[in-house]
Amino acid sequence: MEIVLVQVFNGLISGAFYALLSLGLAVIFGMLRVVNFMHGALYMLGAFGAYLLGVQLGVSFWWALIISPLAVAAVGFLLERALLRRLYDLNVLYNLLLTFGLTLVIQDAMRLRFGVQGVPYSIPAQLRGAVLIGFMFFPTYRLFVLGFSVLVCLGVWWLIEHTRVGMIIRASTENPVLTRALGVDVDRWIPLVFAFGVALAGLAGVLAAPMRNVSPLMGADLIITTFAIVVIGGMGSILGSVVTGFFVGVLSALGAVYYPPAANTLVFIVMAIVLLFRPSGLFGSPEAG
Amino acid sequence: MRTTALLGPAAGQGAVQLMHGKVVLAVINDQSGVYADIGGKHGVEAVKMAVEDFVKKYGPNAVGGPIEVLSADHQNKPDVGASKAAEFYDRNNANAVIDVPTSSVGIAIAHVAAQKHRLFLNVGAATKALTNEDCNKYTFHWAYDTYMLAHGTGTEVTKRIGKKWYVVYPNYAYGQDMNRSFSAAIEKAGGKVMLSDATPFPNETEDFSTFLIKARTLRPGGVTVLGAMQAGQDLTNLVKQFNEFGLRQQGINLAIGLLFISDIHSLTPAALEGTIYTTAWEWNLDKQAREWSDRFFARDKTRPSFTVAGNYSATWQYLEAVRRTGTDDPDKIVAALEGYKFNDFFVRNGEVRKQDHAVIHDAYLAQVKAPGDVKEPWDYVRILNTIPANEAFQPLSENTCHMAR
Repeated sequence: MEIVLVQVFNGLISGAFYALLSLGLAVIFGMLRVVNFMHGALYMLGAFGAYLLGVQLGVSFWWALIISPLAVAAVGFLLERALLRRLYDLNVLYNLLLTFGLTLVIQDAMRLRFGVQGVPYSIPAQLRGAVLIGFMFFPTYRLFVLGFSVLVCLGVWWLIEHTRVGMIIRASTENPVLTRALGVDVDRWIPLVFAFGVALAGLAGVLAAPMRNVSPLMGADLIITTFAIVVIGGMGSILGSVVTGFFVGVLSALGAVYYPPAANTLVFIVMAIVLLFRPSGLFGSPEAG
Repeated sequence: MRTTALLGPAAGQGAVQLMHGKVVLAVINDQSGVYADIGGKHGVEAVKMAVEDFVKKYGPNAVGGPIEVLSADHQNKPDVGASKAAEFYDRNNANAVIDVPTSSVGIAIAHVAAQKHRLFLNVGAATKALTNEDCNKYTFHWAYDTYMLAHGTGTEVTKRIGKKWYVVYPNYAYGQDMNRSFSAAIEKAGGKVMLSDATPFPNETEDFSTFLIKARTLRPGGVTVLGAMQAGQDLTNLVKQFNEFGLRQQGINLAIGLLFISDIHSLTPAALEGTIYTTAWEWNLDKQAREWSDRFFARDKTRPSFTVAGNYSATWQYLEAVRRTGTDDPDKIVAALEGYKFNDFFVRNGEVRKQDHAVIHDAYLAQVKAPGDVKEPWDYVRILNTIPANEAFQPLSENTCHMAR
C-alpha cells in the first residue's frame, strides 16, 4: 500500500511538469490557434538558461527561476514577431510546421554547442534532503516542485478568470472577431500571450534542471505526452490542461508499479478513448475543439 | 555527413597489392543521438589519427596506396546502418566498417558484412550476440561485450558489496541481454536477483522514481544493490533521482552496467561516488594509455572513452594485417587476424580468438573516485583490479558461435 501512496505523490510531481507545459500550450492555442511544437525545445532552453546562469555568472537557482523564464519569454516574443505572425492568415498547419522546424534548429544548435550527454545541475542547498510526510520520507525538492507549480497554476487561473487581461484573453479565445469589433486591440496581446505561454515552459525547464538530465533532447520526448494531455483536456482549455496534466502524471506512475512496459502507453490509450466519446476533450467546448 | 581524408600519394607500387588501389575505412556510428558523445565524431577522429600515425610510422607507401576514411551517422536505426554499410562496401569499395555502437545496428551490419564478404570491425556495440548466434567469418568484436560487463561487475559487486540485487534495464535488445547476463553472473557468484524490471526505452516521462522506491520496498530484507543497465540520458536521469531519494544513505548501492568517462563527466563524480563498474580501458590507465590520450586530447579537446580508443586500436591492427599479408583480400586478412596475439596502448594481453572472433584482452574493475580524490580534470576513476583476458570474456565452452563448433 505504501508504494501506491508514494506513487500517487510521485505522479503528482511528474504531473506538475505536464501541467505547466500543457498550460502554456493551452493558453497559446486558445489565443493564437497555434499548435506550438517548439514548447519542448523552450522547456530545454529554460533548463539550459539556469545552467548557464549558474556556471557563467554564479546566479543562484532562485534568481534563475525568475531570469531564465523571462529570457525564454524574450526568445518566444522575438520568434513570434519575426516568424510566427507571418503565417496567421494561412492554414494552422503552416505554423505547426514552422514551430516543428524551429524545434529542430534550436535542438541542433544546442547539440553542437553542448553535445548530447547533458550538463550537471544540482539541487539548491536549501532544498536538499528529505522530509517526513506522514507515511514516508520524501525529497524536499520534489515537494517544492509540487507546491510551486500548483501555486503557478492557481496564479494563472486567477489571472485569466479575474483580471482585465484575462478577460481579453478569454474573449479573444472565444471569438476574436467580435472582440475586435468591441474595440479591443487583440493583435497587441498576441505576442505577449505567446511570450507568457513559453515562459511557463521555461519555468518548467528550470524546475526540471536539478532532478532531470539537462540535455538538448530533454524536451523532445516530453512534448509528445504533453500534446496528448492537451488533447485529452480539450484544446485550449486552461482547467483541462492542468487537471489532465496531474491526472496523467499519476496514471503513468501507477502504471509503472503494476506493468512498467505500459507506463508510457497509458496516456495514449486514454487519449484514444476520450477522443472516441468526447472529441473536443474532457473540458473542451465543441467550438474550441 | 561524410568526411574524407586522403593521405599519401596516389597508388605507388609497394610490396602490398591492393584490390582497388587504395584502402577505404568506413566509420559508421551515432553522430547525433544518445551515443554521440561516447563515440560519434570523436570515434571518427580516432580512426583518422590511427591512419595518420600509421603513415607517419611506415611512410606514405605503408599499405601500397592511399588510405581513405569515410564516415556516416546511423541514427541508431538498424535499417539506416545496414544500407549505409552496403553502400560503403559496394560503391566506395570500403575494406572495413568500423565502430557501430547500438547493438541492434551492429547486428544488422554484421549480416551485411557476411553477405558482402567484407570486414566489420565492431567496437561500439555491446551485445555478445556478435560473437555468438550472430557471429560470422568477417565480423570481429573489439573492445567489450555484455558478458564482460556482467561478469566483471555482477561477480565482483556480489562478492564485495551486496548479494541482493534489484535489476532495472531498458526494454530493448541491449538491455534484455544485459539483464540475462547480469542475472547469470550474480547467481553464479552466490547472489540473488530479487526482481528485475524493464523500464520504457527511451523513458519519455524522464522519471525513474517508481523503480527507485520499489527498490526500497522489496522484501524480505530489502535489496542491497540496485543494478542499472540504462545508458545515455536514461542513465543520467536515473542517477540524479537515485541521489535525490538518498538511496545510498539507506543502504542501497548503485552498480552500473555500462559507464563511460563522458557519463561521469556529465554527472560529476560527486553524483556517482563509489560506483563500481567494469571497463575495457581508461584514458589514464598507465603511461602508455596516457601518452596516447594526451595526443588525442591535443587534437580533439576531449578525453577519449574506451570505444574511441578501441577504434584506433582496431584501425591500427587492420592496417598492420594488410602490411603483414601484403594484400587487402578480406579472406587473407581474416586468416591473418585469427589467432593473432598483440598488445597496444589499448589492448593488453590481447588475442583475436579464432573460434568466435572476440578480441579478448585484460578488462578492469573500476570505481568512481570521491570528488576530493580527483586530482585533475577527467581524473574520475580508480582501477580496483585487472581481470585477466582469459577470465574477462565468455569462455568458449559457453559460446554458441557456429565457427566455434
